[in-house]
Amino acid sequence: MPLLFVPGNRALPLRHWCFYGRRMKHEAYGDGYIRGILNTVKTIAMVGISPKENRPSYFAFKYLLERGYRMIPVNPGQAGKSILGQKVYAKLSDIPEPIDMVEIFRASEHVLPIVEEALTLKQKPAVIWMQLGVRNDEAARIAEAAGVKVVMNRCPKIEYGRLSSEISWMGVNSRTLSSKRPRTLGTGVQRMRLGPAAGSDNSG
Amino acid sequence: MAEAERTPGFATLAIHAGAKPDPTTGARATPIYQTTSFVFDDVDHAAALFGLQAFGNIYTRIGNPTCAVLEERIAALEGGTAGLAVASGHAAQVIVMHALMTPGDEFVASKKLYGGSINQFNHSYKNFGWNVAWADPDDLASFEKAVTPKTKCIFIESIANPGGVITDIEAISKIARKAGIPLIVDNTLATPYLCKPIDFGADIVVHSLTKFIGGHGNSIGGLIVDGGTFDWGASKGRYPMLSEPRPEYQGIVLHETFGNFAFAIACRVLGLRDLGPALSPFNAFLILTGTETLPLRMQRHCDNTLAVAQWLSKRPEVAWVSYPGLPGDKYHALAKKYAPKGSGAVFTFGLKGGYDAGVKLVSNVKLLSHLANIGDTRSLIIHPASTTHRQLSDAQKVQAGAGPDVVRLSIGLEDKDDIIADLEQGLKSK
Repeated sequence: MPLLFVPGNRALPLRHWCFYGRRMKHEAYGDGYIRGILNTVKTIAMVGISPKENRPSYFAFKYLLERGYRMIPVNPGQAGKSILGQKVYAKLSDIPEPIDMVEIFRASEHVLPIVEEALTLKQKPAVIWMQLGVRNDEAARIAEAAGVKVVMNRCPKIEYGRLSSEISWMGVNSRTLSSKRPRTLGTGVQRMRLGPAAGSDNSG
Repeated sequence: MAEAERTPGFATLAIHAGAKPDPTTGARATPIYQTTSFVFDDVDHAAALFGLQAFGNIYTRIGNPTCAVLEERIAALEGGTAGLAVASGHAAQVIVMHALMTPGDEFVASKKLYGGSINQFNHSYKNFGWNVAWADPDDLASFEKAVTPKTKCIFIESIANPGGVITDIEAISKIARKAGIPLIVDNTLATPYLCKPIDFGADIVVHSLTKFIGGHGNSIGGLIVDGGTFDWGASKGRYPMLSEPRPEYQGIVLHETFGNFAFAIACRVLGLRDLGPALSPFNAFLILTGTETLPLRMQRHCDNTLAVAQWLSKRPEVAWVSYPGLPGDKYHALAKKYAPKGSGAVFTFGLKGGYDAGVKLVSNVKLLSHLANIGDTRSLIIHPASTTHRQLSDAQKVQAGAGPDVVRLSIGLEDKDDIIADLEQGLKSK
């Protein structure tokens, strides 16, 4: 079966991508773009988080929580319970506080209604982020048309790990290069700040 | 959306990839973290590390910050997604196979390989129930014929030991792709300076860092590079280490959690953790130092070797020279495609005087070192039939390019006139 290779990310079967006849713009993101997002957002709602401790969504939630992000779990099946000490909401519009970023951990075909709901929120999020393996060009198009930044087929834990150099401890190619001394986060052992891009400011 | 960011060149990556100044001290050179273990903040931190929920260091058998710099360095040079440093090239091969194979499985391997790999595949792997099917890189159909429903991977060398063979990586990668199995390429003799197998369809690259990458003959080491190109989830159940919930890690599925570097992670947290061939941080440091000059050294290796090969091809004592850099060579066209900067430093030639002439030459040289290694700053010579390939049958020796008249050279970085002068006196002496 034909595979689509996205630089820096795994090959996925072509049928997982929603083309809608458009030329894709989301094959690669500059580090400045990702760094700018992760340095700016403070509150992240994760739609599709699993309460199971072995799921990638749980891993990403925990990792970002430990690095100082306000993490809000969204999962209708877990509404009212708590995950890692954070109250779970059934849907985005139930969340009583403004959200900077909606992170979507659901299959590509379920993304559109979530993005549509995000765009109806009183305070629109600044970023829609779709998890590794998740991509929906139609949803991306309408979000971008509404002035919202979009990231697709990326894991925020992996991106943070890459740009902070934490992931380098696992021998992963961070694809970054800097002569600047990385800064520790200030809490915990082996937790690093994202840091500015080499020679530029935080916003990237 | 996407910024136009510069991609650093090879020489820049060879010095900088994976290395940032030390956060605590600002040390510029990579510190040698000669420590077995690393403290935890608290029990939750420890649990997160053991459960793979956080990136960090626990124990040097599993990971070490000095080794991590080397891992990222080589992964970046190869264009891969992640690396894993291990104690030796042989260890790299075992760890890769351990992640892919279960007892009763088969794999296809090129018959033109380093003798040590041939032994490993023919003997030790049998103890694990991993069965090798040999194929001829000069006959691509033999690879396809060797694939059965039990075949889990294909293994080749880019530039093959003992020298003079270039393998058609792209053609074999198509065979692997069609069969839905990964292609492993041992890129030791080429190094990523001469050839990047991932660009030609390799899924996994292995190295003996002992050789040209370390480059100075002082440290044994090995490295696995994850190409990030193989879809582990697509053939469900075939590669359980990657695609099935792992009982060792509370049921996580590695390829779901780690995306396109899942293979390197599997090698580390399942293979290296349980089998134990860890690379010493001190070795990693020396190998890293060598890596910084890889482009300079490899180019000098190739230029010197071409001069020596050309000189030898005119000698009356020499029956034949097998070096792809020579225009008339059988593999010259493949060399132009796969290793355009040069054909490496390892090649073989045959002496008209046969076995005895070979033994005499290795005894007579005074500058070249007679030893079992390749890829040193020093020029090296060996007679494979009586040493590295000794344990093979006569037929296997000839098949592997190590017949009785064959002498193997690994040309170093000395002044080429001195190398030639030493060979000349060695050939002439009784």
